[in-house]
Amino acid sequence: MIGKLNRNSTLISSLISIVLGMLVGAIAMLLSGYDPIAAYGALFGSIFGSASDMGETLRTITPLIFAGLSVALAFRTGLFNIGVEGQLVIGGLAAAFVGLKLDLPPVLHAIVALVVGTLAGAIWALIPGLLKAIRGVHEVIVCIMMNWIALFLSNYMVGKVLSNNSDSTEKIHPSASIRVDFLTDLFDGARVHLGLILAILAAIFVYVLLFKTKLGYELRAVGLNPSASEYAGMSVKRNIIISMMISGGIAGLAGAVELLGTNEYLSINASLPGTGFDGIAVALLGANTPMGVVLSSMLFGGLFNGGNNMQYVAGVPFEVIRIVFATIILFVAANIVKQVGNRKSRKKKGENAGA
Amino acid sequence: MNVVEMRGITKCFGSFTANDNINLVVKKGEIHALLGENGAGKSTLMNILFGLYQPELGKIFIKEKEVAITGPTMANELGIGMVHQHFMLVQPFTVTENIILGDERASSGMIDYKKAEREVQALSDQYGLQVDPRAVVADIGVGMQQRVEILKTLYRGADILIFDEPTAVLTPQEIDELTEIMRKLVKEGKTIIFITHKLKEIMSTCDRCTVIRRGKMIDTVNIVETNENELASLMVGREVSFDLDKQPANPQEPVLKVQSLEVDDKRNNPAVRGLDLEIKAGEIVGIAGVDGNGQSELIEAICGLLKPKSGRVILNNKDVTGLTPRKITETGLGHIPEDRHKRGLVLDFSVSENIILQSYYKKPFSNGFGIDYKAVGEYANKLIQEFDVRTPDKDTPARALSGGNQQKAIIAREVDRNPSLLIAAQPTRGLDVGAIEFIHNRLIQHRDTGNAVLLVSLELEEVLKVSDRVAVIYEGKIQGWVDPKTATEEELGLLMAGSKVKGGTSQ
Ligand SMILES: Nc1ncnc2c1ncn2[C@@H]1O[C@H](COP(=O)(O)OP(=O)(O)OP(=O)(O)O)[C@@H](O)[C@H]1O
Ligand SMILES: [Mg+2]
Repeated sequence: MIGKLNRNSTLISSLISIVLGMLVGAIAMLLSGYDPIAAYGALFGSIFGSASDMGETLRTITPLIFAGLSVALAFRTGLFNIGVEGQLVIGGLAAAFVGLKLDLPPVLHAIVALVVGTLAGAIWALIPGLLKAIRGVHEVIVCIMMNWIALFLSNYMVGKVLSNNSDSTEKIHPSASIRVDFLTDLFDGARVHLGLILAILAAIFVYVLLFKTKLGYELRAVGLNPSASEYAGMSVKRNIIISMMISGGIAGLAGAVELLGTNEYLSINASLPGTGFDGIAVALLGANTPMGVVLSSMLFGGLFNGGNNMQYVAGVPFEVIRIVFATIILFVAANIVKQVGNRKSRKKKGENAGA
Repeated sequence: MNVVEMRGITKCFGSFTANDNINLVVKKGEIHALLGENGAGKSTLMNILFGLYQPELGKIFIKEKEVAITGPTMANELGIGMVHQHFMLVQPFTVTENIILGDERASSGMIDYKKAEREVQALSDQYGLQVDPRAVVADIGVGMQQRVEILKTLYRGADILIFDEPTAVLTPQEIDELTEIMRKLVKEGKTIIFITHKLKEIMSTCDRCTVIRRGKMIDTVNIVETNENELASLMVGREVSFDLDKQPANPQEPVLKVQSLEVDDKRNNPAVRGLDLEIKAGEIVGIAGVDGNGQSELIEAICGLLKPKSGRVILNNKDVTGLTPRKITETGLGHIPEDRHKRGLVLDFSVSENIILQSYYKKPFSNGFGIDYKAVGEYANKLIQEFDVRTPDKDTPARALSGGNQQKAIIAREVDRNPSLLIAAQPTRGLDVGAIEFIHNRLIQHRDTGNAVLLVSLELEEVLKVSDRVAVIYEGKIQGWVDPKTATEEELGLLMAGSKVKGGTSQ
């Protein structure tokens, strides 16, 4: 009962936080001489406007859900997987390999590419997991190194192996693509693909894993109290390794999905994609719960995609847009509405046990 | 003068009423005991006085002026200081840094550590606290950490001191020291509210005692006009028997054999140095000793949490030396750990998730893949009922339970698995007399069903009362055995100090 009430009020207070953040953002825009009404019009236009705008928003949300889930799962085991970036790049690279070099029948080809991408991400994450479990090396250091190795490995492969000294590959074989006409038509040509459905499935998977399975019980116990887990006969090392691998697998799948659905070819990149880092914010904002990750991905995705439109339509420079977004996210993260509300009700009737 | 007067205090957590219309009057210069069962609401009431919780109803008067205590800062300003049941010190900081934390008296933005150190030293000397201002908290013992907490309140100028179960974690020697300190504090004009479950301490140090039962105030009595039995029955609401109904042991085949065991502690210093021990089915063996003589390492090595350097541990005729904790547990071991927050519980798990901590992977809770949380919930409810764990419900996080009820949840989990060897380390630390009676009876019942029990406790009285045989541990070895029926505390004290008394070799 109380839990449900709380959850509802969290959602409502988050929505109010968004509105308050937007108000402050509006002041920022007014001060720098832009029209907030036109800007927000453009923002919402691109989120809820045409079918194709909505489709592009959904496409932006998809990798954020994966990245957020990946980070959240590791967090639950007490690990900071800052290597989602690298795992994602490797997942994409592996999927590109399969998509370009193998000849398989349509559905099977895509499935193989997705599975190989997932495994590649898991193996990439296995290295920091092993080093942490066996040698006690902090995962953040190893993950950051692995990110750069992934980026340059991918760039090398694109230039030397997957293409002929060009800075991008050919398009993958159509049999490996996860774009489907049905979705593309529904969203009026937007690059929506099956990845969105896979992301929702991944969220359900993480929920079931954490809260319904034996492994999830162990992962959470190790994350909350390694000493008690050891006392209870769990292997802390084993759980660290498994958690990193699953987390990396989800990140690898994200990379594969982006490649097979959104881009359909791989190119040389000067920098890491940034999705993994956004995933950290998404996971934290979503309180490391699968449902929270999906909701906060929607917020981030909506803002990212709408931001472009604000720039084109209302002429607000990107820097100002970033300020506005940061304000909104700050309001939601600090959950200012709830804090104030709590203090009020505490004065009246004491703090709630479940709060 | 009434320095503290709490009138009609009511405090609810959700639908659960932790304090129900409580009145408390504390006079200037007294040591006022607060007595009540685990979960009666003592800490809650004191947290209200310290401004950590806001009551739903009731008034508070400090020095005869009505106040609304909105937070600890406000409590400090009113001269109220609190030493919490669980310490709140920053481990890597020095004593001085901890004491000035939150009350840094900086001049032009700089903290004068030298001056702060001198002030801390002066306060420590004034009250005979014997605290080294430069020591790092992580390196000092529990007793000294507690005195640091006391200094913290004195440094802020508190004259109303709340001690929430300070003696639960102390050794008998440290308890004597603390009693001295409290007497000195009162002599200097301070007032003390003292929570403890040990009736002896109340009788020997306090002036008055307020008894709380299940959130309601029962009575305030003058210590000179009462006795331990009356206090106990006021608190529990029925007669409490201090004598155990215990038949003589009926020892059978050996369950645990420890042979020439050597174990190093975490800093790689020898802790257990060639220890031999045998426990049979159907008997309770107690281990007495001064804290730090290898008790903890002995237990951890038996349980597989520390790897022994040499020697053997044989459980149920199986050599379990160096096996994993899971393997040893499955050979028939139950373990009530001495540090319930570190080992015994995942504090952010619910009570029911904690109840299955040792059996989550087995039927009927798991088929190897999923966990059947419905079966878990039913089992948890059964144990909560049977072991009288006072909790709002099975889904409450263990963190929200009172200390004593956390312990009861652990004991329920370990005893109900019916292990052939049950290791109970400080099993009644922080428990009320009713709960202690209950747990002692459960240990004896466990023995009577043909199992072995190893009881490790710093409380001699408990060891002598519950055990069938008592071994004294000294510098990592068994110094001697005594018969608890005939042994005196003096005899034990000598052995514990390392001397060999008459016939003090292995039995
Ligand atoms: N934050 C909380 N949320 C929900 N219930 C709580 C919370 N804090 C305390 N309680 C409940 O209130 C009751 C009183 O707890 P309290 O800690 O005051 O007991 P206590 O008398 O100090 O017991 P002990 O001697 O074991 O320390 C307990 O049943 C406990 O479960
Ligand atoms: Mg308490």
